[in-house]
Amino acid sequence: MIHTVSVLVENKPGALMRISSMFARRGYNIESLAVGPTERHDVSRIVLRVDCSQHSLEQIEKQMHKLVNVLRVSELEPDSSLERELALIKVTAPPDKRTELIALAEVFKARVVDLGPDALVFEIVGPPEELEAFEELVRPHGIKELARTGRIGLQRASAGLTPRRQHVLS
Amino acid sequence: MTGADAILRCLEAEGVEVMFGIPGGAILPTYDAIAKGTTVRHVLARHEQGAGHMAQGYARASGRVGVALATSGPGATNLVTPIADAWMDSTPLVCITGQVRSHLIGTDAFQECDITGITIPIVKHSWLVQDVKEIPHVLKAAFHVARTGRCGPVLVDVPRDIQEAELEFHYPDKVDLPGWKPPTRGHSRQIKEAAKALAKAEKPVLYVGGGTLNADACPELRELAEVGRLPVITTLMGKGAFPETHELFFGWPGMHGPKWSNWAMNKCDLLVAVGARFDDRVTGKLSAFAAGAQVIHLDIDSAEISKLRHADIPVVGPLKLVLADLARDMREHRVEGRTEPWLHQIAEWRDQFPLKYRKDGELLKPQTVLEALQSLTAGRDDVIWTTGVGQHQMWAMQYLLCDEPRTFITSGGLGTMGYGVPAAVGAKAARPDATVICVDGDGCFQMTQQELATSVLEGLPIVVVIVNNGYLGMVRQWQDMFFEERFSQIHLTHQVPDYAGLAVAYGAAGFTVETEDELEGALAEALSCGRTAVVDCRVDPREHCFPMIPAGAAALDVVEFPDEETVESR
Repeated sequence: MIHTVSVLVENKPGALMRISSMFARRGYNIESLAVGPTERHDVSRIVLRVDCSQHSLEQIEKQMHKLVNVLRVSELEPDSSLERELALIKVTAPPDKRTELIALAEVFKARVVDLGPDALVFEIVGPPEELEAFEELVRPHGIKELARTGRIGLQRASAGLTPRRQHVLS
Repeated sequence: MTGADAILRCLEAEGVEVMFGIPGGAILPTYDAIAKGTTVRHVLARHEQGAGHMAQGYARASGRVGVALATSGPGATNLVTPIADAWMDSTPLVCITGQVRSHLIGTDAFQECDITGITIPIVKHSWLVQDVKEIPHVLKAAFHVARTGRCGPVLVDVPRDIQEAELEFHYPDKVDLPGWKPPTRGHSRQIKEAAKALAKAEKPVLYVGGGTLNADACPELRELAEVGRLPVITTLMGKGAFPETHELFFGWPGMHGPKWSNWAMNKCDLLVAVGARFDDRVTGKLSAFAAGAQVIHLDIDSAEISKLRHADIPVVGPLKLVLADLARDMREHRVEGRTEPWLHQIAEWRDQFPLKYRKDGELLKPQTVLEALQSLTAGRDDVIWTTGVGQHQMWAMQYLLCDEPRTFITSGGLGTMGYGVPAAVGAKAARPDATVICVDGDGCFQMTQQELATSVLEGLPIVVVIVNNGYLGMVRQWQDMFFEERFSQIHLTHQVPDYAGLAVAYGAAGFTVETEDELEGALAEALSCGRTAVVDCRVDPREHCFPMIPAGAAALDVVEFPDEETVESR
């Protein structure tokens, strides 16, 4: 099962490397990873996706907690969190296909951010499933290039009241 | 003052007595500061690996943080083995390495290597100091991280220009590590649960690991065992955490543990892991390990809980407090006499399946050497043992009885051949009053023998007893048993080098023992000569270490010494 984990880390050199090295060393594969600043200048948030069992996830969380730069680890559970991702998709678009593609994009609230003689570039922001759906729809037209940010996530504002499932029995 | 001076003032402020190291280009300013004066004694090793293992031996014998110094590049990479060893065996270690000047980092400069990068998977944390003003905070944090929570190694890499730069020195009182929060107490409800389960158990076993020693929790462990009348089995790393001549002591588990210990561990109804981690050398086939037992797991490191074996009752916290609380709660619930039949049963197994070997032929048996060492030192509380890794190490575990904590220092998790001699030098630096004996193999000895020079010249005399079978003995045993006797690249010979002659060349005393008649005299003389001594005991290379749980087999299927006509020992 794929889990999304949000990790708050001190913004120190090597912090990301320590985390990714721990995953590699313990034999877990990171499916997606996004790092960025938070509301605090000295803290970064890493959102990563990992495909593993619940037991492994608990191990990962505990191993991450032991890293000195790691401040907080929490699982973002789908029903209580928001996840977003951004994709740039360069699609083959000869003049006669443009209208159809742009109409498609409107349904998904994707924007055309660049236009060339035989291709255009869409920017789409949304939950990862939406990005995937859009990607599948434009695929028959020919995807020339694609870049995705990896997903970021936050707990919902409305979800803060229920206590999180406890993993660490201490 | 300079950054280099600041490093020494930090070590002094931390109360460091001894550091082990070798100078080189990138750490020159720090060595210059040493020359200018410090209260910290510097022991000059002959190889950085030796310096690292010395710091480990010091840490393990003293319970303090070991400190090792090395230069950049090869100096730092030579420390990697001790760092990995300290990581696996949770030994508190602060390694300080020189680094090339800041502006040269990343340019493949002479003796540059990314040692913080190389060591990331094997340190608790590391720092590359980028500003001289950080030095006091970094070193304060380094010592704090190394010795709190689960002990382990940290690394501080200091570029040469940072060592030379000036700062206003102030040693901080507090560490500022918002992400470092080791547990300070066990959960009291969990401890009560554990006490209740223990009181109900009819066949409990305390499975005691090295975490108990690191936590200084040996008195509390003894209290718990005695209150509950609980049998104690200590792992290789836990050896000495419980007096081995105590009536509740029942040996060591795992691959070369006696049958009675493995049977007790595997037939118990409640297994209490105390600072132990269900290592594969202990469990054998994991799915078959202690199959009928409920598990209580006490550990400072929450990541060890249910890592390999599900814990029914986990307690995360400092073992000194957890064990004391558990013993207290146990008093309320215990049922007098409940465990007596079980204790009796294990003792019966011990009588039924004692450790055995056969004295046949002309050749001295390795077990005889260990028995002689045990009888020569029995009852002494001032003996510290170190070992290398292999057959001799397993025989040392089986035949040497340690009643005191921190008197058996060995490489468990990483299995580092060559650990014994430098660890002994470090232990001697920690405990100058103690007789430090390294039981080594001939293969191991040749990996770090150069540290005899350190032992002799630094006035840190140790006794090295080489169980010399002329082979890489454990490899020989496996090739013999599992590779149809195809011996491959294991023959070292009994004669080359001449170990006694080598000892003399290093300024130590050298003895060669070829028969049982010569054994006790030579050992006694080596132990009493007051200087560094090497006793080359040439033993039967055909001897295998038994009992043995073949790799991948269940611990219950432990294989015993294969012949009936044996001399029973102990």
